[in-house]
Amino acid sequence: MTAETSLDVARIRKDFPILDRNVRGERPLVYLDSANTSQKPRQVIDTLTDFYERHNANIHRATHELGEEATQAYEGARIKVATFIGAADEAEVVFTKNVSEAINLVAYSIGNATAGAGGADSGRLRLAEGDEIVITEMEHHSNIVPWQLLCERTGARLRWFGVTPDGRLDLSRADELINARTRVVALAHQSNVLGTINPIADIAARAHEVGALVLVDAAQSVPHGLVDVRTLGADLVGFTGHKMCGPTGIGVLWARRDLLATMPPFLGGGEMIETVWMERSTFAPPPHKFEAGTMPIAEAVGLGAATDYLADVGVGAIQAHERDLLRHALEALAGIGGLRILGPAEPVQRGGAVSFTVEGIHPHDLSQVLDDRGVAVRAGHHCAWPLHRALGVQASTRASFYLYNTHAEVDALVDGIRQAQKFFGTA
Amino acid sequence: MMQLESLYTEIIMEHAARPLHAGLREPFDAEVRHVNPTCGDEVTLRVTLKDADGEPAVADVSYDSLGCSISKASASVMADLVIGKTVSEAMTVSEEFVGLMHSRGEAEPDEDVLGDAVALAGVSRFPARIKCALLGWMAWKDATARALSEREMDAPDADREQL
Ligand SMILES: Cc1ncc(COP(=O)(O)O)c(C=O)c1O
Repeated sequence: MTAETSLDVARIRKDFPILDRNVRGERPLVYLDSANTSQKPRQVIDTLTDFYERHNANIHRATHELGEEATQAYEGARIKVATFIGAADEAEVVFTKNVSEAINLVAYSIGNATAGAGGADSGRLRLAEGDEIVITEMEHHSNIVPWQLLCERTGARLRWFGVTPDGRLDLSRADELINARTRVVALAHQSNVLGTINPIADIAARAHEVGALVLVDAAQSVPHGLVDVRTLGADLVGFTGHKMCGPTGIGVLWARRDLLATMPPFLGGGEMIETVWMERSTFAPPPHKFEAGTMPIAEAVGLGAATDYLADVGVGAIQAHERDLLRHALEALAGIGGLRILGPAEPVQRGGAVSFTVEGIHPHDLSQVLDDRGVAVRAGHHCAWPLHRALGVQASTRASFYLYNTHAEVDALVDGIRQAQKFFGTA
Repeated sequence: MMQLESLYTEIIMEHAARPLHAGLREPFDAEVRHVNPTCGDEVTLRVTLKDADGEPAVADVSYDSLGCSISKASASVMADLVIGKTVSEAMTVSEEFVGLMHSRGEAEPDEDVLGDAVALAGVSRFPARIKCALLGWMAWKDATARALSEREMDAPDADREQL
């Protein structure tokens, strides 16, 4: 604990049972892969167990007491999530399987509107030949591929912002890229590779000038409490529960109620309908219009527990702690010969994911040495292949920090990298 | 470090540092490009076949690879093993190697068949790395299958016996 942080890391770590285990024999786990998926606190694990042991039933359709309790827990989680991101109304929170599904939901809904679904109400979403969708070169594949598929289906054209050599968005052509033909601008709030935090409000202001919708992939920012949908500037925000201390299998799409109301459904099935005839159906109001079939109920309840947990610890304290770890990591990594940090080298407008290359050592080989010492990082292109191509690197190693990480763990990473340089004879 | 040394054996480090038969050569019968989608590692590989007493045989394997030590070493070992063998002998070696990779560290590799490839046995205990070790082998298998089918298509019926 430093003067700047008011977070008691030792106490936080006690909440995460997995942090006690050893790996590869007797090595204490040093988990630096939270941008991939975070670990889960006891509070979330207990919530899942309690749900299955005491309240398990299907929601909305069961007429018994357990069904009432399960429905209350599920809808209660929606309120918690809405509060965590500053949503005006829990009906703005749609549960999905993960952020990938949230983005696909939007892309398919627009595609369905283009095919005529939703009638006049959905006219605003309809794409025409020559319309443009703008993404960025630093997107996760989850925010690239759904748009490529939508363009393929509709004839719209995909365009993108490039990145500068220091890992920021190249905004020099923003006014040309976002123009009267632009219908959707989709971008990450925080890059999962570079850690860069993008200027969403500025880009959204430009997009709104030309009448385009703005979708923000907030998978890497909501976990750190960086999102307040009232001030972010986005029309649609997606994020994923497993990166924010919640379970896998649950994600969120946020959008204002009037926008959700005009969006045609993505998946059809039970629970998303109002009336069904053999020829056609009408649909439930949002958010249920987008929640077809039995949802990941326990997982949603677990996500509610995760937002409670993060809010109890305090997002301000979490952010200060992560900034402190990041500063320490950037300084320590900069002292290693042959190491190149991808992305901003200063802890400004950047979060706690640090990707790097080490001269002469392939990321897979580096991560193998680190793993042998109990240090878990990610190696590869981190589902951002075009970004790696743009930066002229084939793959990288990424260390990412969360509320439970310590300075000592950053030091273990640095020692491990130096050890790898010795092992492979490059330093 | 014990686990690491069982993975990065001296033979592997040597092949990774100085890969045998590396580089792309002409002429060739088939070329393929394989990637490992989890890390972006790539290999471009060419196969040249020849006739050995009426059987197709491997005249040359040349390749250009971008990857980790394991994938580089494995491609080097593979090329050295299959060049000069008949295609059917080489396929047997390849099957043996794939079997070794999926053995979870349980197999007793046969050095007479696998040569230097036995040094890669440790990889089978690291599931995340098996794809690295197989990249070059899968590319070779694919390229060879293409080269064989091209030969079949090119060969007039009368010549087919000779292949
Ligand atoms: C920025 C970003 N977008 C999207 C995803 C995809 O998340 P999920 O696999 O949970 O859909 C991730 C994480 O993998 C991410 O970091």
